[in-house]
Amino acid sequence: MSATVTDNNTTSELAALLDKQLVATAVDAALRKEAAIAFRTAGLPAAKAEEYRFTPVTRILEKQFTLSQPTPAGQASRINDYTLAGLEADTLVFINGVFSPADSSIQKTTDLTILPLQEALVSHTALVLKHLGQYADTAADAFTAWNTAAWTNGLFVHVPDNKIIERPIILYHLHDTSEGQVVTATRNLIVVGRNAEVTILEKYDSAGASPSFSNQVTEAVVAENAGLNLYSIQHDAGQRHQVGMTRIQQANYSRVNTFTFTLNGKLVRNNLQLVLDGEGIESHMYGLYLLTGDTLADNHTVVDHRKPNSFSNELYKGVMDGNARGVFNGKIYVRPQAQKTNAFQANRNILLSPTATVNTKPQLEIWADDVKCSHGCTSGQLDEEALFYLRARGIDKLSAQAMMLYAFAGEVLTNVKNPVVKEYLDNLISQRLHKNF
Amino acid sequence: MLTIKNLQAKIGEKQILNGINLEVKPGEVHAIMGPNGSGKSTLASVLAGREEYEVTGGEVSFEGKDLLEMAPEDRAREGVFLAFQYPVEIPGVSTINFMKTAVNQIREYRGQPTLDAVSFLGVMKEKMKLVEIDQALLNRALNEGFSGGEKKRNEIFQMAMLEPKLAVLDETDSGLDIDALKIVSNGVNKLRNKSNAVIVVTHYQRLLDYIVPDFVHVLYKGKIVKSGTKELALELEAKGYDWIKEEVSVL
Ligand SMILES: Nc1ncnc2c1ncn2[C@@H]1O[C@H](COP(=O)(O)OP(=O)(O)OP(=O)(O)O)[C@@H](O)[C@H]1O
Ligand SMILES: [Mg+2]
Repeated sequence: MSATVTDNNTTSELAALLDKQLVATAVDAALRKEAAIAFRTAGLPAAKAEEYRFTPVTRILEKQFTLSQPTPAGQASRINDYTLAGLEADTLVFINGVFSPADSSIQKTTDLTILPLQEALVSHTALVLKHLGQYADTAADAFTAWNTAAWTNGLFVHVPDNKIIERPIILYHLHDTSEGQVVTATRNLIVVGRNAEVTILEKYDSAGASPSFSNQVTEAVVAENAGLNLYSIQHDAGQRHQVGMTRIQQANYSRVNTFTFTLNGKLVRNNLQLVLDGEGIESHMYGLYLLTGDTLADNHTVVDHRKPNSFSNELYKGVMDGNARGVFNGKIYVRPQAQKTNAFQANRNILLSPTATVNTKPQLEIWADDVKCSHGCTSGQLDEEALFYLRARGIDKLSAQAMMLYAFAGEVLTNVKNPVVKEYLDNLISQRLHKNF
Repeated sequence: MLTIKNLQAKIGEKQILNGINLEVKPGEVHAIMGPNGSGKSTLASVLAGREEYEVTGGEVSFEGKDLLEMAPEDRAREGVFLAFQYPVEIPGVSTINFMKTAVNQIREYRGQPTLDAVSFLGVMKEKMKLVEIDQALLNRALNEGFSGGEKKRNEIFQMAMLEPKLAVLDETDSGLDIDALKIVSNGVNKLRNKSNAVIVVTHYQRLLDYIVPDFVHVLYKGKIVKSGTKELALELEAKGYDWIKEEVSVL
């Protein structure tokens, strides 16, 4: 990480800001203080930093943001434009990083605890402090350090042992930049007890023409034989920049499904890290990015097999048009004791324009000898023969292309089990595909 | 209906069609035969509008319109149908959705009301009977994992659905078993009427026993070098192509 220290002013400016914002009386003051120091030490990634080679986040912060400028409150009324209609769910709305109780609705129940993280810090101090900051590593990533030092709010979920929660939890993260630049740091903590299960969906939208930046960290602990379904729908208007870190810690026989849909935005960097710290685990990571204009979406994923007999499967698919850029980096670690690991990874890309690009890199580090691992990366154009076949039946070019792209995306979409979410994504994506992409 | 005049086409640097002339009238069946690689599928592809082929000369008019000017989808909407020699597998695209989109886009083009799901399924059921194709097959992704014969049958099912004015059947007989050949040919015959026409590309007389041609043409080295009636096909079956190649080399 030492190579990532920059000589620019942005790191020191931001470090000073983080220091200034520290509140000595905060419940997690010690954690925040340490993180601020970690941030100063790590520094924002330099232009040549390997982990951010294609994704110039530091430069963007430097050029497009005045970090000392306060973030405006934003218009709560706008949220209705972005919600998933017809989905029975507990919802938490964050507008410009601030929890909006008036727009949120959380059903009263004893089955589980759903709270804004700031509240949970006070009401469930021991549980929160047991987990907060224990998984997402502030030393390894400057954005995680920044977030840990400065997060404003987010979701806290605790599902007690043996509770299967059918009703999904939805987080709407709206950035309203109509009154100026927005910079947010939000934080989620998800604790799923033994034999329990929960589904959480986060949706990112933005309105307004000024630039916005969100730094988002989610830590999830999934206990023995528990299940977690985690969806992220990133559908921002043009000016949102987003760096996210999701770190999931899995125990024996737990099941995790993650879905990352990047459908819009300016620059999106998703770090997704699954630690398979147990046996008999099953993890699926699905991703779909449909990019156009000059959107950049960078998915950096890590699956860390630490114990024997677990299974992980990763499927990321992308379509790039215009000057869009896709980046995929998939690390699979299989530790020496993780024998009988099955780990699969595939990243498939379609480039629709000659100026769209994708950089894809699998990185497998395998120390155990009795494992089954495979990976495959492809990028290419739409199959011309198939396009012609469809057109030869009277289907116009755009529809033919849409049909094929929809089929391409379908391999990811088919794994979305919640019918309302599936229909929502289906509609969103087919509408997209039927426009000129 | 279809008039091809001195049609020339190439792919890459390779000249394949070297001046084809052909006139097809409503109600007629034309058979095109010829050795492998002579350009039969190329001709079919050029008619359907495949963009890889560059037309280097000549003209094609279809019902008085310049076919070569049209996009592939517009040719289909005007009533040209190509049953592919090698139908493409398209994973993830449902056969039924695909057909519904095709039928409705064609109907829209022709100024007819589009079919809703129920009436579409009704039409589909009826056409399925015509070519005796199984619903299970149509519930799958388009041609994906279909056997050779199943793909060919699906082509004729699509033809039945789209009711073209001119159908070009490129070796639809290859891959079909004896019974299937009969069924598919019967299907084609039932679709025939006074106002539509069929061009069948084939290597074998057997198909022509069922779909009886009015004219038989031999395509060789990108040209129609001989035309005749159905007896010509019998002669080719008996004697092969050597005598025709000789005739050509004498010229
Ligand atoms: N993409 C291509 N590049 C180069 N040559 C091609 C290409 N496509 C076709 N050809 C050549 O054009 C010639 C004509 O091919 P075509 O498929 O039209 O023949 P055909 O008469 O249909 O043969 P068959 O009876 O075997 O189906 C062949 O020599 C073939 O190799
Ligand atoms: Mg051929």
